[in-house]
Amino acid sequence: MRNRIIYTLLFLLSISAVFHSCQNEEGINYKRYYVNGKGIYEKNCQSCHGADGKGLGTLYPPLTDSLYLKQNKNKLACIIKNGQNETIQINNVPFDGNMPANPNLADIDIAQVIVYITNSFGNKQGFYSDQQVLNDLNNCK
Amino acid sequence: MNKILFFTIAAALIQSCTNKSDDRLPILGSREPVEKNVNGKTVVDTIYQTIPPFSYLNQDSIAVTDKDFDGKIYVSDFFFTSCTTICPVMHRNMLNVYNKYKGNPKIKFLSHSIDIKYDLPSRLKKYATKLGVEGNQWEFVHGSRDSIFGIAAKSYLVSAFEDSTDPQGLVHQGWFILVDTKKHLRGAYDGTKENQVKQLMLDIDKLLAEEAANEK
Ligand code: HEC
Repeated sequence: MRNRIIYTLLFLLSISAVFHSCQNEEGINYKRYYVNGKGIYEKNCQSCHGADGKGLGTLYPPLTDSLYLKQNKNKLACIIKNGQNETIQINNVPFDGNMPANPNLADIDIAQVIVYITNSFGNKQGFYSDQQVLNDLNNCK
Repeated sequence: MNKILFFTIAAALIQSCTNKSDDRLPILGSREPVEKNVNGKTVVDTIYQTIPPFSYLNQDSIAVTDKDFDGKIYVSDFFFTSCTTICPVMHRNMLNVYNKYKGNPKIKFLSHSIDIKYDLPSRLKKYATKLGVEGNQWEFVHGSRDSIFGIAAKSYLVSAFEDSTDPQGLVHQGWFILVDTKKHLRGAYDGTKENQVKQLMLDIDKLLAEEAANEK
């Protein structure tokens, strides 16, 4: 009986340890992705979307609309990789410009830049993994 | 030849930056001494490089010529609407300058498109509107290949050319060139650098003060 309790406790402890380390790993990844993503953003995106994510007039849309970024989260990888030339509404303002494709960005770069934009400019969406990028890219239109 | 001119500009720029006194802005570009006869005496005068006559179509498909810039202080640059690299940064910065002097009848802006084939006036109009620019204080102009690339290299001393090895086929520098009411070059600023664009605004103020003093 006593052994049983000890085993159960040990078991719970180890589970929580595993759980914890996962979270920590994600936390560490999050920071790494965010920092790298900022660099990728500055190089590939900032000219149009701005250092403050505010875009430019109705030429280039802002990335400050948390709603759009949330609702279209699983489209972001496709937009970034393949570009986009549609009419979209951001904060109720129409944009119909041409977002260039980024064929040179690897899945991990895309994950990193997504972590950056979805956690900057007033957004707070947390982590986004390379695996999610891979899944999303398989479902591009 | 062009290189020499560029170094003149660069040298003058550096001087204008380090020179903290509120001296007049230098006149840039090439200069030629000429001998003149004034009241029977021979004096040496300097002829400075000026912007030659030009004629383009603006975003409203209206002809814009050098006459429209007579007596105006203006800022000139070279861009194209589908440029994805430095142009958005340049025009984000230029928009700040434009907004500062919006409605001032002494100040104009002249953006030349180097995409001769696609940037027709209708496309320039759409671009200007989306940027938030109305009216014609800021002219976005379309011109012939020779007139645009020629005036860039020879008069504004900005390098711009078609290049098949570039992903977008067009290469150009992001200079903002400040021209005074007599069509002399008075400053060149990297339009992608916020601090240089701030300097541009200070220098425009200086030219405005110079003009006001001349009018008295
Ligand atoms: C040449 C300018 C340009 C560059 C560079 C650029 N974009 Fe865009 N971006 C646009 C335009 C224009 C749109 C609107 C596209 C449309 O209307 O379909 C857009 C749309 C978007 C959207 C969806 C709309 C929104 O505002 O949320 C996201 C997200 C985005 N871009 C992210 C990026 C990222 C990340 C990069 C860098 C990897 C980047 N962009 C680089 C011009 C640009």
